[in-house]
Amino acid sequence: MSTVIIDGPNVTQGIPTEVGHHHDHEHHEQHFIWKYIFSQDHKIIGRQFLITGIIWAIIGALFSVFFRLQLGFPDQTFPIMEKFLGDWAKGGKLTPEFYYGLVTMHGTILVFFVLTAGLSGTFANILIPLQVGARDMASPFMNMLSYWFFFAASIFMFVSLFVQTGPASGGWTTYPPLSALKEASMGSGIGMDLWLISMSLFVVSSLLGGLNYVATILNMRTKGMTMTRLPLTIWALFFTAVLGILSFPVLFSGFVLLIFDRNFGTSFYLSEIFIGGKALPHIGGSPILYQHLFWFLGHPEVYIIMLPGMGMASEVLSNHSRKPIFGYFAMIISLVGITVLAFLVWAHHMFVTGMSPFLGSIFVLLTLLIAVPSAVKVFNWLTTMWRGNIRFTVPMMFAIGFVSMFISGGLTGIFLGNSALDIHLHDTYFVIAHFHIVMGVSAFMGMFAGIYHWFPKMFGRFMNNTLGYVHFFITFAGAYLIFWPMHYEGIAGMPRRYYDYSAWESYKQFISMNGFISIVAIIVFFAQLLFVYNFFASIWRGRKVTVPNPWGSPTLEWTTPIKPGHGNWEGEIPEVYRWPYDYKDDGNGGDFIAQTTPLRPGEESH
Amino acid sequence: MSGFITILLIILVFIIIYQIGKAGEYAAVLREEEKSKAAVNRTIAWLLVAFFVLGLYGIWKCNQLFDGKLLPPSASEQGVNYDSMFNATLLVTGIVFFATQAVLFWFAFRYQSTEKRTAFYYPHNNKLEIIWTTVPAIAMAALVAIGLRNWLNVTSEAPKNANVIEIVGKQFNWIVRYPGKDGVLGKRDFRKINDANNILGLDWNDKDNMDDIISQNGEMHLVVNKPVKLIIGSRDVIHDVGLPHFRMKMDAVPGIVTTMWFTPRFTTTQMKEMTKNQDFVYEISCDQMCGKGHYSMRGTVIVETQAEYDAWLAKQQSYYASNNAPAAPAAPAADSTLKTQKTDTAKAVTMK
Repeated sequence: MSTVIIDGPNVTQGIPTEVGHHHDHEHHEQHFIWKYIFSQDHKIIGRQFLITGIIWAIIGALFSVFFRLQLGFPDQTFPIMEKFLGDWAKGGKLTPEFYYGLVTMHGTILVFFVLTAGLSGTFANILIPLQVGARDMASPFMNMLSYWFFFAASIFMFVSLFVQTGPASGGWTTYPPLSALKEASMGSGIGMDLWLISMSLFVVSSLLGGLNYVATILNMRTKGMTMTRLPLTIWALFFTAVLGILSFPVLFSGFVLLIFDRNFGTSFYLSEIFIGGKALPHIGGSPILYQHLFWFLGHPEVYIIMLPGMGMASEVLSNHSRKPIFGYFAMIISLVGITVLAFLVWAHHMFVTGMSPFLGSIFVLLTLLIAVPSAVKVFNWLTTMWRGNIRFTVPMMFAIGFVSMFISGGLTGIFLGNSALDIHLHDTYFVIAHFHIVMGVSAFMGMFAGIYHWFPKMFGRFMNNTLGYVHFFITFAGAYLIFWPMHYEGIAGMPRRYYDYSAWESYKQFISMNGFISIVAIIVFFAQLLFVYNFFASIWRGRKVTVPNPWGSPTLEWTTPIKPGHGNWEGEIPEVYRWPYDYKDDGNGGDFIAQTTPLRPGEESH
Repeated sequence: MSGFITILLIILVFIIIYQIGKAGEYAAVLREEEKSKAAVNRTIAWLLVAFFVLGLYGIWKCNQLFDGKLLPPSASEQGVNYDSMFNATLLVTGIVFFATQAVLFWFAFRYQSTEKRTAFYYPHNNKLEIIWTTVPAIAMAALVAIGLRNWLNVTSEAPKNANVIEIVGKQFNWIVRYPGKDGVLGKRDFRKINDANNILGLDWNDKDNMDDIISQNGEMHLVVNKPVKLIIGSRDVIHDVGLPHFRMKMDAVPGIVTTMWFTPRFTTTQMKEMTKNQDFVYEISCDQMCGKGHYSMRGTVIVETQAEYDAWLAKQQSYYASNNAPAAPAAPAADSTLKTQKTDTAKAVTMK
């Protein structure tokens, strides 16, 4: 064991591992099905979420490649698409119906299945018990159900891709009446029913998970682990769960009413509609009601996607700068601020629905207020790097990318949150650029930082660094090349969700730029496949982790064995004596002090 | 088959890249790990600097590429405020953008790990944190103040002398209705809609409807320097009247009447001269996803002088007259001529 040591980036913590020893503690071998499929071990469930999320991410990203081909080269055909999509791309050209289906599925998959379930499902599961010092979640069984509800939701969504009338195609927001009336669009047929069933199951999954996360963080912290000694990842995941618990039920109610309108003749969202050659009997409903219910989740959802990345970037930036996170309490308070404000800004997605101007003013004020805690976080991240001792490990690269993208995407939010500017920019490519940078790329950067950082804990091996760097630089550069020009197109008023701009005098001059964007998008897509390959190859072939704490991190998850069994720690759960960011001289030449190290005589706790 | 081979090839390339990457790392380990790690760290630090410099060049290049391709000055008086507010916001956010990105890349480069360096234990500083809480708060307050002034201005009541025009969206085109001589739009009811002879469901018991003029080709005529109030509606799903040149936008929601008003500044002819583009046309885009023909839901605006407008108006027949005038059989004929005016290609396949 100690002969061929290929250490992790930090070799100061060279404690040899005790291989063979931990077998004694394990109870009899579990059957494969109970150990890996219907597992109640939070670490396995986390990995299930992650791998399901990766599969969905590939599908969602592939869809974007298809519709980018249409957008970039509207007058060309791509016979390869016919191989994948059959009659939906006859002769190699997407039909408008399926173009909108792809756009809708791309949004739904990425927002919900990848960046909600795949992100907080993964890291809340893996990190919460490990970092708070618990053997598992408060209810491992509910936790397992959470995954399997997500799995069921996935099945329904996947099936909807293959039905004859196509998947839901009214945009990921599925506004009625378009989504409510079969006459309005092909995608509003059975595809929309499957979408609603899938999303309802997804809400159940999210609630089961979220309640568990909150219960675990509040009740199952180890001795000495006060709330103010929790790593920021846990704080972020805590507020993520709170946001989900309070807002997903509202979305669910919105879906239930939509199901009623679609199938049982109610008129919650429908009024005065003439479609398919006849006037419908509905009167008195309001399509705007759905938008309120949808965005009451929809906006917190943005933070459900952002917060885990913020938490992980905080952790990774601090760790690889060998410096405590700057302003730990300010970071928590800004998380609180973001969480509270997240519930009070939803109508900024609805400035042009004809809402009361006074109400609009309130939402402008509250929306721009969110810039303050966000700015505090950015400045604190920058100061964390100041006078650090920065190791450019792959997770650190992604954390830096996260901060850069968060700044870029956050600043354009200041335009859109101000209703007087939103009137013009609403539903243009400016919006596309804004949210893709901030809650798409930035959130993904946070997720990648987390995956590369905790991969050694998840699988006992490292991912390949060289591939990681290539993955990072292509993604980082590619993201700016794709989305930066889109701001200009949006400023020129170019509307989103258009299948073809050729007939428009105002927008046809952007076709060559769209072609450029599409080419970069395809390159970035293949760079992500490189990551996927690296991920799976490294599970079996990666460089082995030989020390329990390869990154030199003070937090609890690294005090477990390299490959922890169900229950995480052998023997007692360690006690915690200090905050999670004690990156200072430990007196033995090390540059950090683990949370489990008692305070030295005369030392003050943080 | 070729698709299968392509996929195999891609996987093969990945395997090769992965093996090279892995071999590289093992080689580095054999050649004194610490040294090679330090070399990688230095290389990455320089790459980040290169990224920042290339990024600045890219921004400059992008500006050049789009120069002259963006919108001409606002065609409405209200939009002038939008333009100046946009520039103010761009200035504020631009400064913050360049400052914070520069600091991010500079810190990364400056504090890269070296043998000699030890990190500075610096957990917090209340004074700093208060500064960077209050400064953004003040900046945001200023932007909110400008924003709300413009917002309340744009959403205020239309002036009394405004022309009133109704625009109604349906899958997938715009229908425009003018009030005719009496200046009043008559009542309409969705239950009276008939695609053959009453596309907006005008109530013929309402005398105000008799002189209303309906244009089905999505063309909207406005008078320069005269405020116009749009009454916006939808027949089926949610649409959105997007007027990028006027910096205006408003949803068309079935069952709800929305409005917006503005004052055009330049006639279409003036705009053709300003943009040096003889094909210039004010376009109405649908900005709310409305179905498969969403992208083709195009309308146009023609801004003209009062004299031109009056001359155009005088030539128009009221919808009632064109559908009911000499004899009932004339109705389908009138309808078919109107249909030929429609420009959208997707329309032929819609509404089945």
